[in-house]
Amino acid sequence: MGLCKLIQKQEIASNIFDFVVETHTGLQANAGQFLHVKCGGTAYLRRPISICDAWDDKLRFIFEVRGEGTRLLSQFRVGETIDILGPLGRGFDLDLAQGDGDIILVGGGIGTFPLLLLARELELRVKKPIAILGYRTKELITLTDEFEAVCEEVKITTDDGSHGTHGFVTDVLADMAKNGKISAIYTCGPTGMMKAVAKIAIEHNIPAQVSMEERMACGIGACVTCTCSVAGYNARVCKDGPVFNAEMVDWGGF
Amino acid sequence: MSVNLKVNIAGVAWKNPVTTASGTFGFGKEYAEYFDISRLGAVTVKSISVEKKLGNPTPRVAETASGMLNSVGLQNPGAEFFLKYELPNLKKLDTKIVVNIAGNTIDEYVAVTEMIGDSVDMLELNISCPNVKVGGMAFGVDEKSAFEATSAVKKASKVPLIVKLSPNVTDISAIAAAVENGGANAVSLINTLLGMKIDINKRKPILANNVGGLSGPAVMPIAVRMVYQVAQKVKIPIIGMGGISSGADAIEFLLAGASAVAVGTAGFVDPYAHIRVINEIEEYLKRNNIDDVNNIIGKLEMN
Ligand SMILES: Cc1cc2nc3c(=O)[nH]c(=O)nc-3n(C[C@H](O)[C@H](O)[C@H](O)COP(=O)(O)O)c2cc1C
Ligand code: FES
Repeated sequence: MGLCKLIQKQEIASNIFDFVVETHTGLQANAGQFLHVKCGGTAYLRRPISICDAWDDKLRFIFEVRGEGTRLLSQFRVGETIDILGPLGRGFDLDLAQGDGDIILVGGGIGTFPLLLLARELELRVKKPIAILGYRTKELITLTDEFEAVCEEVKITTDDGSHGTHGFVTDVLADMAKNGKISAIYTCGPTGMMKAVAKIAIEHNIPAQVSMEERMACGIGACVTCTCSVAGYNARVCKDGPVFNAEMVDWGGF
Repeated sequence: MSVNLKVNIAGVAWKNPVTTASGTFGFGKEYAEYFDISRLGAVTVKSISVEKKLGNPTPRVAETASGMLNSVGLQNPGAEFFLKYELPNLKKLDTKIVVNIAGNTIDEYVAVTEMIGDSVDMLELNISCPNVKVGGMAFGVDEKSAFEATSAVKKASKVPLIVKLSPNVTDISAIAAAVENGGANAVSLINTLLGMKIDINKRKPILANNVGGLSGPAVMPIAVRMVYQVAQKVKIPIIGMGGISSGADAIEFLLAGASAVAVGTAGFVDPYAHIRVINEIEEYLKRNNIDDVNNIIGKLEMN
């Protein structure tokens, strides 16, 4: 995609930055795809960052400062250009749902961001989903209004009970799976959480997709560094994923 | 002014001196989404072994200053799969195809050489991978075993043989001489340098394999020095690599004595790096009124 102008920037929670860039291309972004971003300075490799929202020629991504690369990225100023490759990878399949039950999004922490574009696309093309979003604590809760605008319902959990349900997203999901009718689950977040979500989905025979994360170099499928074991083979998270069908992932390794 | 970019590598005519570093370019399909890979002098594909290999656990990559460590561990689908499903696509390209071969034993190297036969333009014998426990680099760090592996594969090979050298040695030119004696038609260097990157918060190495191979701009001065040393020692052509990101970088290697160069890690940062390197070599030659790239190979003047 090349050089994109940063047109909006906001620190929406401590160390979490919300960027909107102008791409000047007609490239279509699908929910679950990612951007491979050059952070500048001493960061040699690009950093993969999920797309959070897309409209016209604008792309929005939200990232947490977790190391040197993301720290450098957070220092870009509005009006400056960022070297971005993408959209890359295989995103979520909107036609996953079987039957007319609820469509559930399960997000944890920074894994909630890519689910926003997914929620928008589902609302537009399939139906309004229900979001279960988990955070460590109240201060890290973001985008709730935006999720509410496109979701049937937004359920929030915090690990410390400072807001919403005290506990884990998987507790809420397990309850819904037992008592309601679910036709599809999409999840993004910490691997342990996604593993637990996959287990619930498989137990109840619900189609589910997970968005995997792995350290990357090329981001385009050439170097085979970013693998995860899928159906006995080391699939490339950047090219064959990042979204995989939950039952295909070999969870034993995680 | 029109300049000649053609080079002759062990009897194989490349349209320009730029190829891909094995293992950084897959089998070409991914980069083909970014540029016409037939523009390359040759496509060097990822290491192939007799049986498929799953490679090492992740994380397999760690960023370092101006470079990266990888510990992929030669993940590949095996020779049979390669010949059936990848080679036909490569054959459609208007460029030379170099297949890098890997093995744990000399018998395995010979077996994969026989399976590939004359279906490609050149073979590159990988005796320098630092990421596998047996075989791999073990053959490349000792003159005698480098000679033995080379001569066994040379006997079985139906196409010109390149031997890829490890920089993890005291005197790379001695290994180069040994493989030349073993019948190598060319040498390529450098493979990656063994390194380690530590996560100080977890107090553990980042790579699941603990150690990995260093590549990228960080290794380039070492690679240039090694190409120069090898060029003083052997007569066979040298394919130079290690950190090349621009035409200027490539010219350093050519001046030091390489007849061709490979671009690897730079393509991870810029998917158009290979094409840029070709274009910038041509621009350098034009700017300096040199009408043939062969006229700068080994033309380094020492102080
Ligand atoms: C991710 C990765 C995978 C590699 N895999 C192989 C391989 O399969 N066989 C091989 O001979 N060299 C392999 N190499 C080494 C490169 O071909 C090359 O020798 C080295 O990276 C130096 O060049 P560069 O700095 O331009 O990448 C690999 C390098 C990287 C970074
Ligand atoms: S990052 Fe290179 S294959 Fe995925």
